[in-house]
Amino acid sequence: MTIDDLTHNIGEWLRGVGPMCDVVISSRVRLARNLVGQPFLSSASASEKTEIYRHLTHEISSNELSQHGFLVDLEDTDEIDRQFLVERHLISRQQAAEEGSRGVSIWPDETTAIMINEEDHLRVQALRSGLQLETLWQEVNKLDDSLSQQLEFAFDRQLGYLTACPTNIGTGIRVSVMLHLPGLKLSREIEKVSRATRDMNLAVRGLYGEGTEAVGDLYQVSNQTTLGKSEEQILEEFGGKVIPKVVEYERSARETLAGKHPHQLDDHIWRAYGLLCHARCLSTAEALSLLSHLRMGIQMGRFDKVDIKTLNEVFLLIQPAHLQKVAGRSLNGVARSIARASCLRDRLTA
Amino acid sequence: MHFLCQNCNEAKATVHITDTYPEKRSRHLCEECAAKEGVIFKQSHETTQEILQQFIKHKIAQRPESDEPCPQCGMTVRDFQAKGLVGCPDCYTVFGEFLAPLIERAHEGANRHVGKVPVTADRTIRKQTGLLRLKRELKDAIEKENYEEAARVRDQIKALETA
Repeated sequence: MTIDDLTHNIGEWLRGVGPMCDVVISSRVRLARNLVGQPFLSSASASEKTEIYRHLTHEISSNELSQHGFLVDLEDTDEIDRQFLVERHLISRQQAAEEGSRGVSIWPDETTAIMINEEDHLRVQALRSGLQLETLWQEVNKLDDSLSQQLEFAFDRQLGYLTACPTNIGTGIRVSVMLHLPGLKLSREIEKVSRATRDMNLAVRGLYGEGTEAVGDLYQVSNQTTLGKSEEQILEEFGGKVIPKVVEYERSARETLAGKHPHQLDDHIWRAYGLLCHARCLSTAEALSLLSHLRMGIQMGRFDKVDIKTLNEVFLLIQPAHLQKVAGRSLNGVARSIARASCLRDRLTA
Repeated sequence: MHFLCQNCNEAKATVHITDTYPEKRSRHLCEECAAKEGVIFKQSHETTQEILQQFIKHKIAQRPESDEPCPQCGMTVRDFQAKGLVGCPDCYTVFGEFLAPLIERAHEGANRHVGKVPVTADRTIRKQTGLLRLKRELKDAIEKENYEEAARVRDQIKALETA
């Protein structure tokens, strides 16, 4: 399997199914692990990095659970392909941008990816659509147990798993969900929710993580505290309490809009559809914002010209690296916005 | 041309929006007001990373003598200040006192792990502390030009690393 094979599919996390999938696009659980007796990447020399990379790829490809993942050597991968993996949430922006020996092992169904030599030696992550943190934790935990049979991870009785950044020590777990919150945005309640979640020591970020803006009414929320709570406690507080609450707010905002301003709401959705079907040039931000309105229309049962599967497909296909992969060449900004509009016209009016 | 924010009339408008609904109109807002409306997404709260950075700077100002590097990886407190990352697992022991308040601050006051423990924990910990001690001994031996001793310690390190 190669990166090119991925272009024909959408990952499991974008299937649009699972609990609370009307608001929770996807869930992710990630563990940070480092080898004992080795420097972290922050102080490793190029040859040490290569040594660590070789060792880890060898062990991962011989592990019974991770052997069917396909390995992408990011040092040998061009920029468009690296960006393509970022758009599919299989690697981080940071890992795409870095230099030196690094890579990722990807499960063919894109449910799991192990980043090698990101900020930590290993970042094991699992992704699924809807709110499914419990299942993801079980999967990741099993994989971590299995890898621990072959690899010895840096650990301290008091501080738990040791990571390059002190903000990740302890469990090394990061649980996050991508939320679609157009109702709260339209009713101008979004800042309230984002403030409340931050007060609970959660991080709120844009579509592609740290430092990115919220486009298309999509917000990534994740835990920040990794020490002093067990994995189960973190999951329970986050996935069992906080997120269902936010989902409830979003649903009630949508209901209020539908009850008080049904015509304006429909107009909003149909205008978005009109633009998407007729525009000749569209930026990523504008397209994602229009698609957000369609998504809301579909989820609220007010719009049926496009199904959720098609919507999720175009959501990926219109992103910069995906457009260039399909075109088979690099495209400048203007060419991309033309290709994006054309892709949307094709797919949404079919 | 510079606009002032239409909302507060105070700050410079840096966010320019064209609404198409209910009627077409252009608006010019400052970052603060745009974030309030949910038009843009602003990190109004500091991230943990930023809090850490400030905290590290503060700590370092108090501890000008803290330039002793980690014997395992060579990291100094100043390197940590620059990157926000430690250099190796042993830095947590070497700079334990320095890192403790910072860790508590990043983790809502917590200082003790209560989650998963790997099956190999005991062996791992022995290895970590053993390696740290040996690397110190190796450094000492080399400084004293005691190459026989250095070779012996190096062999012990190798043995422990592959154990």
